[in-house]
Amino acid sequence: MLGIVASAAGFGVVFGLTARANGFSVIEAVAFSVLVFAGASQFLAAGMIGAGFGWPAIVVLTGLVNARHLLYAAALGPWLRDRPRRERALMAHVLTDEAFALSLVHFRRLGFADRRGYWLAAIGGVFIPWNLATLAGVLGAQAIPDPRVLGLDVVFPAAMAGLAVGLATGRREVAAGVAGVGIALIVGLTVDPRAGVLAGGFLGPVVGLLVPRRDPAVPEQDELPADPASFSRPDRSDDGMAP
Amino acid sequence: MNVGLVGLALLMAAVTYPARAIPLLVPAFERLPPRALEYLRLVGPAVLGAIAASQVLLATGADGRPAFHVGIDAVAVLACVALVAWRRNLLVGLLVAVVVTATVRAVGAG
Repeated sequence: MLGIVASAAGFGVVFGLTARANGFSVIEAVAFSVLVFAGASQFLAAGMIGAGFGWPAIVVLTGLVNARHLLYAAALGPWLRDRPRRERALMAHVLTDEAFALSLVHFRRLGFADRRGYWLAAIGGVFIPWNLATLAGVLGAQAIPDPRVLGLDVVFPAAMAGLAVGLATGRREVAAGVAGVGIALIVGLTVDPRAGVLAGGFLGPVVGLLVPRRDPAVPEQDELPADPASFSRPDRSDDGMAP
Repeated sequence: MNVGLVGLALLMAAVTYPARAIPLLVPAFERLPPRALEYLRLVGPAVLGAIAASQVLLATGADGRPAFHVGIDAVAVLACVALVAWRRNLLVGLLVAVVVTATVRAVGAG
């Protein structure tokens, strides 16, 4: 989880710097990180505000970029269905790329939904570092040198790629990941990079489903169970990423 | 202090929250068929890979259109991927990616 904290902190600082560079006040930058809490769309908005775009275009693109959370929440839904509705409503706000990846890996390793693990990943691993780093970035914008010089801009894509590798535990996952990359690049080059991300996210798993299992009679080791509560796999080794 | 953009943050949150909450709160999403669960299991690597690739391999060309681009950031991300696959340690991968990027840029090669 330290990698995720480092990622959230590094990326949060970069967002704070970016927000300040595009005319955000401290309150506005912090409001984005607390209320929206979705890095890609926050950067998108900061860049579009700086370029003079209107709010409607920014809101529409935010909905498009963040539509992937629908799939994350649907993937975690079966694991969290026993939690109270109010708790699930709160869990939803802090569901990010990183929280999804950490939680899914953690739940699958344990064989059950660890609610404390979810909160630790989502709040401790991402929300707090992200918001503190945003504040540090926007306050220290004058003192911190160009984040590109420090290589901080590479933290976010490297974290996304590293988390994808952590989830690629079988042939189908690898195929889905590779297909997601390829589709994202093709659609990104021909249409728009944001549309490419969505196309890769939606169509990559379809390609993964086309890959036959090694032995159809035996479920793959990391298959998500239909009933997580009845699933256990105590022999699974730690992958070094789970909280 | 200016607070005008807080309204935009609220609107962005209003279009983001439903995507996060509906599948967790609507019972129909909790009883998906096995094929759908299998699909969702594959979403993570596909989406995260797509995000990473579009971040480091796509840039805006001189004509304003998306263009394929391989820079030090792409090399650093590939190094991170290789290290994570090998050592199963994301922190080490991130540190190496940052150090490689900063070093290459410091010598003016990136």
